[in-house]
Amino acid sequence: MPKIAEVCRHVRSKNAGPFWITVDFFFADDDSFARYRDAPELGPDLFARLFGTDPGSVKRVPVDALRMIKISYARPHPQGWRHERDMHGGQQFARLLSVELA
Amino acid sequence: MSELERTVTKVIVPSGMLGAGVKREHIAYGLAQGAHAIAVDAGSTDSGPSYLARGVSKMNRESIKQDLLILLQMANEAGIPVLVGTCGTCGADSSVDWTRDIAIEAARELGIGLRIACLYSEQPAAVLKRKLAQGKIRPLAPLEQATDELFDACDHIVALMGPEPYIDAVKRGANLVLGGRTTDTAVLSAVPLMRGAGVAQTWHAAKIAECGGQCTTNLRRGGVLMHVGTDQFDMEPLDPGNRCTPESVSAHLLYENSDPFLLVEPGGVLDATEAVYTQVEPRITRVVGSIWRPMPYTMKLEGARGGDYQTIMLIGIEDPEVLANLDEFHDRMHKTLVERIAATFGDEAGDFEVSLRLYGWNGTSGRPVPADTPPPRDVGVLFVVTARTQDLADRMARSCNPYFFHMPIRFDMELPSYAFPFTPAEIPRGRVYEFMLNHVVETEDGFELVRTEWVDVSSTGTVEHLETPNAQDR
Repeated sequence: MPKIAEVCRHVRSKNAGPFWITVDFFFADDDSFARYRDAPELGPDLFARLFGTDPGSVKRVPVDALRMIKISYARPHPQGWRHERDMHGGQQFARLLSVELA
Repeated sequence: MSELERTVTKVIVPSGMLGAGVKREHIAYGLAQGAHAIAVDAGSTDSGPSYLARGVSKMNRESIKQDLLILLQMANEAGIPVLVGTCGTCGADSSVDWTRDIAIEAARELGIGLRIACLYSEQPAAVLKRKLAQGKIRPLAPLEQATDELFDACDHIVALMGPEPYIDAVKRGANLVLGGRTTDTAVLSAVPLMRGAGVAQTWHAAKIAECGGQCTTNLRRGGVLMHVGTDQFDMEPLDPGNRCTPESVSAHLLYENSDPFLLVEPGGVLDATEAVYTQVEPRITRVVGSIWRPMPYTMKLEGARGGDYQTIMLIGIEDPEVLANLDEFHDRMHKTLVERIAATFGDEAGDFEVSLRLYGWNGTSGRPVPADTPPPRDVGVLFVVTARTQDLADRMARSCNPYFFHMPIRFDMELPSYAFPFTPAEIPRGRVYEFMLNHVVETEDGFELVRTEWVDVSSTGTVEHLETPNAQDR
């Protein structure tokens, strides 16, 4: 089973305002994109499990022209809260890299 | 002049952030192409709630002045206006005034006259409570509806302006418009909209250009020149060696944006779903097919406050016995410190919290580490205590000192000393700042919650605060 790091050429995360984090998955090739564009493994449950977000908040939009999907989720706590560890959300992508896809 | 030249508005976007640095040759290139304005953003929430809660800038005064000296001098020579959005990082009234005073100083040094329009969009809680009672405040996910108490709790509240007050200021003769909190796109949109460029094309171009060179292939080589027409726009780098490609331009819509196609702005939504990006020249990408859907006018609200206080301490550990049992060490240390504080401070402790972050193990995420992970070579343990005053947090940290620096991994061993790098070891870190609002307010138009003030700087350096000049109906 391939890992996200193996089918994407680039994965990045960043705040989208103080209350959201957005993750961009840029796929390595057309085959990978076709296969995982709508993969259920990249669904709300994954983001609830890894980030503690409300699965109902998770938004997913594929951008075919850029061979990527954007997945955004509500931060469990706003940016800068007392136990903040990642002010920009820029390291949140890392825990996704080893997630296995079917 | 061709039809195209008459109907295209060109705006120099020198960088993504005033104070990040600008190069004279980049501005000169944009001016040589016939730019109608220079527009730049100076704010962001991305650095966290501290700036809005305090009403201060993240950037140094020196950095802002350095950029303004170049922009004001070159715009003055070319006879075009400079527009700055979200002055001083957070766009509070105090940040606009701070930027205004730097601009006055810069104009005096340059010996140029300047008519400055200051746009203020900070909101008193009372105004928003009235709006709330009128049913004109709505929450944005994931927050819930606001309350009077929520507005009262904020130290500063700002409403994000649209382009209308900027357009009005330029029409009335401002050479420099200094705006409070504004959407990143609105400040770049103002002059194209004023000159009749396509509405969808303008907002889309502004979204692409909002971070300057981020939409180019080499983001360290200066900003961009927006060419906005009536049914298309072109994006061109200011540096002759840099390029805008369909990928670099279209990818920027993804940036710090939760939806890759839709962008909600004051008075409408930009829909870029059907946009087509084409390389029309080696350095220039053209975009067609953007759509603008007008909506009732709303302004987004941001609010922040200062809360409790924190004190931090740091130790390094290379003892292999500790490194082999880090999770156990963390849990025992945490329990020990919480008990120590509770026992020492009793009722005075109040609602305190202790957080230990093991950098080199799981400090970035705080999440459990897989069972088969080998011990690291070195960890840094960051101690963070949160309490209701700085003095109390400092005293709590000091009370933890003997335990944090000397807690053994086994009880049958002599007391270790972990490697602490500073003395005194505890560092008062200051307040925890919080974002409080993610709401929109309905307004009559782009002016209802905005105030404009005018300042004239003469070429001899005298400063005059004006009544509204050239009063005219909007």
